[in-house]
Amino acid sequence: MYNCLVINEKDTVATVIAPVKAGEEISYAINGKENKIIASEDIPKFHKTALCDIKKGDIVIKYGCKIGYALCDIKKGGYVHTQNLDSKMN
Amino acid sequence: MNFKGYRRTDGRAGIRNHILILPCSLCASETARFIASQVPGAVYIPNQGGCAMAVADLEITLKVLSGFAANPNVFGTVVVGNTCENVQASLLCERIRALTNKPLESVVIRDAGGTIKAAQIGVEYATKMSIEASKCKKEDIDFSEIIFATECGGSDPTSGLASNPTLGYVSDKIVALGGISILSETSELVGTEDILAPRCVNEEVAKKLLKIIKDNEDYFTLHGESLRDGNPSVGNKQGGITTLEEKSLGCIHKAGTAPITEVYGYGEQIDKNKKGLVVMDTPGQDIASIAAMVAGGAQIVVFTTGRGTPTGNGIVPVIKITGNNEKYALMKDNIDFDASGIIGGTAAIDEKGEELFKLVTEVINGEKSKAEALGFNDMSMARKCNFC
Repeated sequence: MYNCLVINEKDTVATVIAPVKAGEEISYAINGKENKIIASEDIPKFHKTALCDIKKGDIVIKYGCKIGYALCDIKKGGYVHTQNLDSKMN
Repeated sequence: MNFKGYRRTDGRAGIRNHILILPCSLCASETARFIASQVPGAVYIPNQGGCAMAVADLEITLKVLSGFAANPNVFGTVVVGNTCENVQASLLCERIRALTNKPLESVVIRDAGGTIKAAQIGVEYATKMSIEASKCKKEDIDFSEIIFATECGGSDPTSGLASNPTLGYVSDKIVALGGISILSETSELVGTEDILAPRCVNEEVAKKLLKIIKDNEDYFTLHGESLRDGNPSVGNKQGGITTLEEKSLGCIHKAGTAPITEVYGYGEQIDKNKKGLVVMDTPGQDIASIAAMVAGGAQIVVFTTGRGTPTGNGIVPVIKITGNNEKYALMKDNIDFDASGIIGGTAAIDEKGEELFKLVTEVINGEKSKAEALGFNDMSMARKCNFC
């Protein structure tokens, strides 16, 4: 049973479907292949985590499409929300 | 495939048989409510506009109100005017007559000598209509006459993962049966241009689609505001949606995969001969969006939510579905359908889609949705300008 859903293989963020604490494992499948990362922060249920390191100014991808820009560097397993992601590049 | 519906004198097919008490303006609204309260089953539309408005807003109001009267779920309408409003009762009746030959009466409060005298006249009209409406027999009508409105509100990340794809499955089924499905909420198409434009049947439709999306955001910029400061909402963000693009990419799943055959303005009449998936230019505010699609001729709305919402409409049934198991448990009073099994991995989208389609057909055939059983009748209308 996975605790994270990835919508598209191009995605750099995904939705955790249960609350995750920093240090806990986040597991998900892409094309049937299991992957695991470690949460670097607490992530609330249905909020997003970074599936890879994301650099400040990088496009953030969900649904295989751009959902905004990273406002700062985001670590793999980090919590992605309004504090580090915005529609506009600042 | 058939459903049981009411064939109207104007040829359209309804799934409910309402008497509509329709106030021209906010000043006539309380008298209209007073009339409706005396006639069991009559539906009253609270109208917050109708006066002190710019020409563009007068046109929006006339389109929506006349569209309500022409909606096939309505048997007949009693228009209630005050006297001095921009939406004159005679003007509204003219606009209704241009759309339908169904029963129509009107009463003007000051001409009648006040609310109680106007109510006496209005109640007489509505009661007579109610008796006539009760004589209507349901008949078999082909599913291709369904105009199906899709809506999402109080979205959260489960909307894009579960409830919207489930609704998209049903939307595709309606289109496959020869019907019309409407995708609305232009604010929530921002960021999906590259996906939706190639789905348009030709360049003209694609251009119209791209124009309404651009105009929507430009409108806020024109007033020194940002669409993205108000959308996503506080609740969307609390639920885990961060940007408007993320919200939009989830939203458009409710429109399935069919090609887009036409783009309509706010509250414009849907052409019954132009089948398939169509887009209507409405704001992201759920109630105002639903009002426009009902005015356009939709007989039923399916509304997805992640945060939970009680919304209902007086003219058409609104079925609500969620992919969020906690919100379903919290708001069973209001939400009709639980699609959260898709998130939990216990159900597939097509499986939930089939279940939802079954519920949709039952509601089309007369079963009440929860908002309908509660008698909910939310009303809002888009506008361009402040009151004059």
